[in-house]
Amino acid sequence: MNFGNFFLPPQKSTIAGDVDQLFNFINLVSAVILLGIVVAIVYFIFKYKRKSENDTTSLVDHNTTLEVTWTAIPLFLIIYVFIWGFQDFMKMRTTPGDAYEIHVTGKSWFWEYTYANGGKVLNDLYVPAGKPIKLVMTSSDVLHSFYVPDYRIKQDVVPGRYTTVWFEVMEPGESVIFCTEYCGRSHSDMIGKVVALEQSEFDEWLRSSGGKPEDMPLAEWGEKLYTSSGCQACHSVDGSQIVGPSFKGSWESTREFEDGSTGVVDENYIRESIINPSAKIVKGYPPVMASYDGLFSDEDLSAIIEYIKSLK
Amino acid sequence: MASTSNERTLTVRHFPVEENPTTNYLNATKGLKSWLTTVDHKRIGLMYLASVVFFFFIGGMLAIALRLELLTPAKTFIEADTYNKIFTLHGAVMVFLFIIPSIPAALGNMFLPMMIGAKDVAFPRLNLASFYIYIFGAAFTVYSIAVNGIDTGWTFYTPYSTKTGTAVIAMTFGVFIMGFSSILTGLNFIVTLHKLRSPGLTWGKMPLFNWALYATSVIQVLATPVLAITLALLIMERTLGIGIFDPALGGDPVLFQHFFWFYSHPAVYIMIVPAFGIISELIAVFSKKRLFGYWFIALSSMAIALLGFLVWGHHMFVSGQSTLSSVVFSFITFFVGIPTGIKIFNWLATMYKGSIDMKTPMWYAMIFLFQFTIGGLTGVMVGALSVDVHLHDTYYVVAHFHYVMMGGTVFAFLGGLHYWWPKITGKMYKEGPAKLAAFILFLGFNVTFLPQFILGSQGMPRRYYNYVEQFTTLHQFSTVGTWILLLGFIIVAVYLAQSLRSGAKASSNPWNARSLEWMSSCPPVTENFAYTPVVTHGPYDFHKPIAEFQLGLADSHGHEHHETEKVKSSSSQEA
Repeated sequence: MNFGNFFLPPQKSTIAGDVDQLFNFINLVSAVILLGIVVAIVYFIFKYKRKSENDTTSLVDHNTTLEVTWTAIPLFLIIYVFIWGFQDFMKMRTTPGDAYEIHVTGKSWFWEYTYANGGKVLNDLYVPAGKPIKLVMTSSDVLHSFYVPDYRIKQDVVPGRYTTVWFEVMEPGESVIFCTEYCGRSHSDMIGKVVALEQSEFDEWLRSSGGKPEDMPLAEWGEKLYTSSGCQACHSVDGSQIVGPSFKGSWESTREFEDGSTGVVDENYIRESIINPSAKIVKGYPPVMASYDGLFSDEDLSAIIEYIKSLK
Repeated sequence: MASTSNERTLTVRHFPVEENPTTNYLNATKGLKSWLTTVDHKRIGLMYLASVVFFFFIGGMLAIALRLELLTPAKTFIEADTYNKIFTLHGAVMVFLFIIPSIPAALGNMFLPMMIGAKDVAFPRLNLASFYIYIFGAAFTVYSIAVNGIDTGWTFYTPYSTKTGTAVIAMTFGVFIMGFSSILTGLNFIVTLHKLRSPGLTWGKMPLFNWALYATSVIQVLATPVLAITLALLIMERTLGIGIFDPALGGDPVLFQHFFWFYSHPAVYIMIVPAFGIISELIAVFSKKRLFGYWFIALSSMAIALLGFLVWGHHMFVSGQSTLSSVVFSFITFFVGIPTGIKIFNWLATMYKGSIDMKTPMWYAMIFLFQFTIGGLTGVMVGALSVDVHLHDTYYVVAHFHYVMMGGTVFAFLGGLHYWWPKITGKMYKEGPAKLAAFILFLGFNVTFLPQFILGSQGMPRRYYNYVEQFTTLHQFSTVGTWILLLGFIIVAVYLAQSLRSGAKASSNPWNARSLEWMSSCPPVTENFAYTPVVTHGPYDFHKPIAEFQLGLADSHGHEHHETEKVKSSSSQEA
């Protein structure tokens, strides 16, 4: 039995099917119990409707057989459900030895992924399909939680320690990543995606470490970085105010800072604002941006600058 | 009688109820001062009732605002920061200012002493102090709203709560203070039930509402101090940087979650167990039948109270706690389902071959059974380890606890309010609008929260200001549901106000119940009973004539013209 896409997201990891079976089983048993209770309530209300104030009722107020029955059957059911959930949970918690490791850092409000070759990408996690992946995760500020509904996996990331989660994607494709531990203003915009590739494509992607494809214009690459690196959670491109100043029309505009000084938005200002965001805080905005130092190559930074230039 | 026996022979006589006495607890003394300095448990209960209804209104308006914002995937009418503050305040106000004091401190204060034939609680002045501590704590939370609000969620998880610039200290200090109110009320109830039961009122003859409040009080006394410690540590972490929870200083943020849920999971039972008590009363009275499995229901409340202390870690399956502790917590969690199921089956068995009168309170009891069963069964779902990994911190959990807290406790509270309304006010309300409102509230509640189960299982995380577009339709259903709920509550407010102003006078026992509160005048006099009630029958012995429930100790000075009789009383509390 499968309720299909109505109750649950698509099953894209090896564990998803197991989780869904238990979900469906509990729903089915619950539906039967609930239906029984509703039928009993409605039947009793009509069948035993009060006829007069002098109605007399049965004085029977216990029945050992009944009490034992309605204790034993639920007891059996809950132990069954516990064991089922326990077994699948142990599968989730036991990482296969040959899993491919990727380091993950949650930051307000984006995800940073570091691969074995030192390559870093933000928000969009590239993984090979058909191979167990182990994420070794931590947070650089507050609690976050790494959740991929399509994979039925979730794990909090905690500052000061590592937590791990593993999964194996069955087919190449994309799935959304939500942050499910409340982390402040842009919690609901801390969204990424997992991109599962065929092993060969993944190897090729890894060699370039997600750098700019050769034939892509800088500004277009900057736009990709803008959406994949978490910038969009705080900086709009349509002039609306989110957390930080909008990029629209910012190029060569004059900024007023918290310390009273002013400055013009140019290449050096943008570079400094990305690498060392707390150096100059624009008046009226909170000093909350995390440093992107080491996350962008010089080419990436140029691309973002070109993109901001294009936002007239 | 020999001193070795706890049986005594008492001389009793029948005390007829004086209907609609000219002097009652409401008008015995006049003026604001007489209310603010009262030690009458009924007046204190009424002041609590007014307070929790006020805070339910505040919390409800915040919920309306949240759902309105969620009408569209992006911004509808408020900013993200405002939204985050509103959901935090909605949770904190509903949990700490409304639901925890709702049944115990308001309805419990009024009826716990009367139902055991006592003139007041054991420590009446302490009772008034509890009320002022509650108001003092509430003032801090209102202050925190006024200064900057707070945006941590009602769970105050570290390290966010130590880093955010909002009014965490004012809010948590308010909750810290209100905890003492909760502890003192619990203590007062425990002593009252042990020491002030009327002659003949053994534990086995105690109404189940009192049993439920007894279980609740034990939790309040044992669990609330842990919340106080946790919040005190959080305040010190923020002000002094003591490093209990901050990993940079050698602390552990997950430790905060252990501390927090060590209180807050038992607190779930502080919220729901009193509701069980009300439902037991309603189903017995409106089925005119002895409660099936009296001891199972009474002791299952105690079992839930104790088990409730051992399951806090089921809030933390994905928090980073060890796999072993998650497994153990899941295992124990499932056992809460057993006493809970026992209650539901016993209530149904009580209705079997009963004489069922579908008055408004019984409507609420039936709606409770339906909604609480859904809340309980979905609790089994989130107790299952593998499934909870998927559902944790999604709308599924939001829907689950609203089915328990609102679908359960709030509907039971409404049932209790309608049941005892004549006793509290001396007035009747109109059955027609009351049943209509109950139906509209039932409809509105389910339209609001059923779609949230689907949202959650589809993967919609909670505490989201923006959401992805695929969730729009279900969110809109849910928002429309809150408007239906609002309409239902408006109708309730209108007919209850109308009842206060011009409702028909209530008789002392409009539902033909048997427990002692109905043997007092309507509204009761200040001392509840002009005599010391003596109990010879169980609280649900509807087959016995009502006069046998109106016995009291015969006056020692002797009124020769009254017919007295001798009853044996096994009064263990006097031993």
